[in-house]
Amino acid sequence: MMRVVRGFYAVAHSVKLCRPDVICAYPITPQSEIVENIAQMYANGELGNCEYITAESEFGAASILVGASATGARTYTATCSQGLILMSEVLWCAAGMRLPIVLTIANRSLSAPLSIWNDHQDSMAMRDAGIIQMYVENNQEVHDMMPQAFKIAENHKVMLPMMVCMDGYKLTHAYEPVDLLSQEMVDEFLPPYDPPVKMTTKEPYTFGSYATPASYMEFRAAVYRAMDRSRKVIEDVYKEWAEVSGRDWGGHIVAENCEDADVCVMAMGSLVGLAREVTKEMRDEGKKVGFIKIRTFRPFPAKEIAKAVDNAEKVIVFERSLSMGSDAPVTLDVKSAIHKKAIDVYSPVVGLGGRDVPHKLVKSVVEEVMENRVEPGTYFRGLKDCEEVIV
Amino acid sequence: MSQSIGGIFILLEIRFHGRGGQGVVTSADVLAVAAFKEGFYTLSFPTFGAEKRGTPVASFLRVSDRPVVLRDEIYEPDYVVVLDPTVMESVNVVSGLKEGGFVVANYPREKELEEKLGVKVFAINATKLAMEYLGRPITNTVMVGAFAGLTGLVRLETLRETILEWFSKKGEEIANKNADLVEKAYRMLEERRGEVKELGLKLPELVVQK
Repeated sequence: MMRVVRGFYAVAHSVKLCRPDVICAYPITPQSEIVENIAQMYANGELGNCEYITAESEFGAASILVGASATGARTYTATCSQGLILMSEVLWCAAGMRLPIVLTIANRSLSAPLSIWNDHQDSMAMRDAGIIQMYVENNQEVHDMMPQAFKIAENHKVMLPMMVCMDGYKLTHAYEPVDLLSQEMVDEFLPPYDPPVKMTTKEPYTFGSYATPASYMEFRAAVYRAMDRSRKVIEDVYKEWAEVSGRDWGGHIVAENCEDADVCVMAMGSLVGLAREVTKEMRDEGKKVGFIKIRTFRPFPAKEIAKAVDNAEKVIVFERSLSMGSDAPVTLDVKSAIHKKAIDVYSPVVGLGGRDVPHKLVKSVVEEVMENRVEPGTYFRGLKDCEEVIV
Repeated sequence: MSQSIGGIFILLEIRFHGRGGQGVVTSADVLAVAAFKEGFYTLSFPTFGAEKRGTPVASFLRVSDRPVVLRDEIYEPDYVVVLDPTVMESVNVVSGLKEGGFVVANYPREKELEEKLGVKVFAINATKLAMEYLGRPITNTVMVGAFAGLTGLVRLETLRETILEWFSKKGEEIANKNADLVEKAYRMLEERRGEVKELGLKLPELVVQK
């Protein structure tokens, strides 16, 4: 049933249909209303036997979920920004312990300075943790992703946490039409969690125990391999979803008009719709521009990207975060993916801390690359003239 | 990304200005729900200056005959709706207003505001009406009714139904008061729709044909 709903509700409704056993969260802007909506469903008795726990902090929330997941519970939380990095110590443990906790990240910038607005710095800070990451372009996609995330994370070949990343405010606070899933459909798609190992009072286990140099490295290699195996699992789940829902969001990436493109433009998250529109407009003007939506960020779809940009001379990666002292995070991976090809990589950093990325700015960024008015590398666009004072 | 009337698709862009606590965000959201009921694709979203009452707030509404993919702020609106008579002192509400567009504002003196803003203004004393019907200076219901009545973007019965649903959580009495208020404002400005045409200004091409 198609209804105009807010991003928060699109997530909460979908999470409810996944029949989680334990949800534990701590509120943080702009995520709060996701868990507020879920808390209300819990209070209304709509969540069955699910336990909803309000923790004293994000650190506590993640810790409670680690315990719950180890007992074989299907677990969920939502957070962002400072809340996510407060969780980070525990989330690295969850990945190492192979606990398939599912999270929605309402992407928000990191302090300092304090900002409650959107960019991708928070989830990028979790890049190496062993958590699967994917980014959505609109609220239908995030609604559709929640059942898929549980199915991917809980697959025995994977057993890793998964983050579904949606842009804070731009998506969380937006009202738009969403075709709401039914319980029957989600039940058919997503079987109950079947934990390979579960801790009970009669059968205790140790998770994440002390590993000396004699065994630590093997555990870490196992996480690395699981992340690698997840590539196929994710693709299969994406495909299955397209079949059962009739909505095909594509694979790890979605490449459009790239075959004969001189320039391929890449974006992630809520900027995708606009960037795609701009490249289509430029196509209509006769310019050879292609567009790539990156959906899965961890594991990184290096082969898919290398193949898609095979005929391009230049790629533009719209970056929504930074890695201080190096190229921005997505660019690092893109460069690594295409290192054998003679392709120039342009990395305009835009929209940090919620600064709007207007249609005209996106177009001008692509045009200046096409017209050779800018050098390859990392640079800021939409930045005001400002003078740094060094005293 | 301008609208292509008579072309492939039509995109209407409406910007709302006011202050935190007046329902600026709700205005765009209510119209997003109501316009969807009329068969259009819609997208609304806010921008917050800070999470405080009283600070200037803007929200945005796009209405189209195809799914809305543009999520940037609205820089060249077709119409502007102003919920607060004082916000215009610190915010240039008419920035980028398209030719043929106009402002629907909560203001007691229409001519005075037209001179100040330099564009056509349809004014309604929303604060006074809100105090009369609701006992509180929350102006979103009046302004939603006024805008919809003037432009015909949404039919009155659809808007009433949307308002009743929207405020149902706050109880029947409040929901009914808001529905009556939206109807009052709708009818007041509906009478002036002819003026828009006479002045050669633009009415939404998306007017409901039902």
